[in-house]
Amino acid sequence: MERESIEYDVVIVGGGPSGLASACKLKQLNPNLSVCLLEKGSEIGSHILSGAVFEPKTLFDLFPDDAKDCPTLKTPVAKDDLFWLTGENKSIKVPSWLMPKSLHNKGNYIISLGELCQWISEKAMELGVDIFPGFPAQSYLKDESGRVIGISTGDMGIDKEGNQKGTYTPGMDILAKQTIFAEGARGHLGKQLIREFNLDEGKTPQHFAIGFKEVWEVDNDNHSPGDVVHTMGWPLNKGTTGGGFLYHFDNKRVAVGLIVDLNYTNPSHSPFQEFQQFKKHPKIKQFLDSGKRVSYGARAITKGGINSLVKMDFNGGMIIGCDAGTLNPSKIKGSHCALQSGILAAEYIHKILNEEICDFDDLFKGSSLYQELYKSRNFSAAMHKFGFYVGAAYNFIESNIFRNALPFTIKDEQRDCDSLNLNNPLYAKEYPAPDNVLSFDITSSLFLSGTNHEEDQPVHLKLTDPSIPLTRNKELFDEPAQRYCPAGVYEIIDKEGEDYFQINAQNCLHCKTCDIKDPSQNINWTPPEGGGGPNYIGM
Amino acid sequence: MKIIIPVKRVLDPYTQARVNNQTQQVDLTNAKMAMNPFCEIAVEEALTLKESGSASETIAVSIGTDKTVDTLRTALAMGVDRAIFVKTDSELDLQPLHVAKILANIIKREEAQLVIMGKQAVDNDNNQTGQMLSGLIDYSLGTFISKFDLSADASSVEVCREIDSGIETRKLNLPAIVTVDLRLNEPRYASLPNIMKARSKPLETIELSSLEIDTAPRIKVVSVEESGTKDRASKQISSAEELFNELNQMGVL
Repeated sequence: MERESIEYDVVIVGGGPSGLASACKLKQLNPNLSVCLLEKGSEIGSHILSGAVFEPKTLFDLFPDDAKDCPTLKTPVAKDDLFWLTGENKSIKVPSWLMPKSLHNKGNYIISLGELCQWISEKAMELGVDIFPGFPAQSYLKDESGRVIGISTGDMGIDKEGNQKGTYTPGMDILAKQTIFAEGARGHLGKQLIREFNLDEGKTPQHFAIGFKEVWEVDNDNHSPGDVVHTMGWPLNKGTTGGGFLYHFDNKRVAVGLIVDLNYTNPSHSPFQEFQQFKKHPKIKQFLDSGKRVSYGARAITKGGINSLVKMDFNGGMIIGCDAGTLNPSKIKGSHCALQSGILAAEYIHKILNEEICDFDDLFKGSSLYQELYKSRNFSAAMHKFGFYVGAAYNFIESNIFRNALPFTIKDEQRDCDSLNLNNPLYAKEYPAPDNVLSFDITSSLFLSGTNHEEDQPVHLKLTDPSIPLTRNKELFDEPAQRYCPAGVYEIIDKEGEDYFQINAQNCLHCKTCDIKDPSQNINWTPPEGGGGPNYIGM
Repeated sequence: MKIIIPVKRVLDPYTQARVNNQTQQVDLTNAKMAMNPFCEIAVEEALTLKESGSASETIAVSIGTDKTVDTLRTALAMGVDRAIFVKTDSELDLQPLHVAKILANIIKREEAQLVIMGKQAVDNDNNQTGQMLSGLIDYSLGTFISKFDLSADASSVEVCREIDSGIETRKLNLPAIVTVDLRLNEPRYASLPNIMKARSKPLETIELSSLEIDTAPRIKVVSVEESGTKDRASKQISSAEELFNELNQMGVL
């Protein structure tokens, strides 16, 4: 069987908010453009995970007539609380006037981003975009001049050893005048493009966090749709920053989650376990009592802000949304920024396809997205550099007193993979066993993520040097992959009396944390056979 | 020889079924749907027959709301020649007898000699439609097929049936209905180029009401409950004796 190829004007990799927005905007600007969008998840939204409190303005900019009918926008934020959890049972409510301005959510909605993406994808199809879920872009294609000219989808029907099975189906080349990469945080093609085209030249290294989320169905009197709770502090402590959230939405559903910055230092730290502990705090527990957990998921988040935002255009294409790093870390919101970056990319590509002279940097610097990101440029870096207390105080002073107008920029030059201290039994963390009421183990959690992969296929988590997990990583850091992976993919097991590094690739949630945090930068996340991965519903 | 392949859109078997307490039904809101795996096997078998020159045309049929078209497009992308979509109202609860009557109507209209279908759908696990259909249109019937051999003159098929006591081989005269089991074949993927091509393949829509079939429910669902949580830890057992003792201790014998 031969590889086939097809040509489009624009091909978009990734069916999240940024990719879908650029697809819609392109068709709105020129209905004659042929636009194709590929999504690795089995359906649009099945790999999407976000809090999410959503700022709707950009959605109304994109769909001025239809956005009001979007069924996802049904739970407006009613109340905004911020708690500083000072201990296992203790907390202090942060008064509204002390809250950083960026954390006020008036006018925003509590949504499921997956459901929003499904709605936008219906709009995109109405506009004539060809959407193909279940097909990851495996690699990008270049011509002799080095220009990106499209992508290639992966082959299907390859067995564990790399041989063709009876069901072997070759991938396909999709060629395009412009290719937009919108894979989300730490996209595997985005990572290669950034390196190949030096898109991060002069930028500080990108910073990431891992976000956990569960949806609970609750049956108690404390449920109040529209209420938003954010927390800082416990269970995260010295050397670890991040924060928790709990949102009440419709149908007696509550979204609860914890975001853990990936520049944590203690190699025995387990973000998954921290999240399980977090739910036991009285400020959180009261809303989950007599409830039932219905879904679980985890995903890396880009949070370096504008200091780490890569150059978004290159020869033959664009990189947008969280793939580039457009999330606003001071608001901990990325969806509206992703939509905006998608719209900007579409406007730029529409111009250059019409052979108008246009500089993307000028377009970007004139945009409200740039204004917003520039204002919050010091937020993450201050947290990282000064630690939680001083960082938080700095951010309050900068945002509420100086209104983000301070004339300097704080930078954090350390990569997240370089932050781990050496393993020290003195600081080893122990976590209590799951109580199966509020806290659970990874196996039962994974079941609720719906993740599934064809078993007989090559391992999609590739080690550059297969010996490193059991040598350098084990000796120096007790192989932290065993703890930072939210899906229990990495295990050191005993095999006939010897240590064996096992990769349970079929458990993978596609969160990309291993690709980011491995202290030896030895793990490469690549896309598995099409359609594999989590099946998030309403996340 | 025309082959009809009835296909059903079901909750993806790899996702978790949840019960909506208000409606007392499996909650399909935003749930991931897929073609019933047994139907995929039926499609694969029909395509193999077409490719070997034994069939003139393959036709997929499905019944449901507008979303069901997705499942028919999947069948077309796998390689089926055309599709017939019987459109229903969303509220309608179709039971095996209704489905069999609808299919009987389509099969007569198309004068199909062979019907290849899944032995059951993984959502309701009824395992009744093929059998009822055979009774309604008086076609030979082979259920739980794991091997299928068409005779050279295409007048009969030899099939192997997976039954409790082993494998039973039977010869069926055409016209016939076979309901397929898991081991018959491994279905192919719908490739991206074929998905693109499937968009221009013919898909005919028939309103269910135009078929004048009585769809009054014959079966009443008393209640639907989620299966119990997997709270018992698993344990490896080395002998039948040990198993017996364990079961005895648990008080389940």
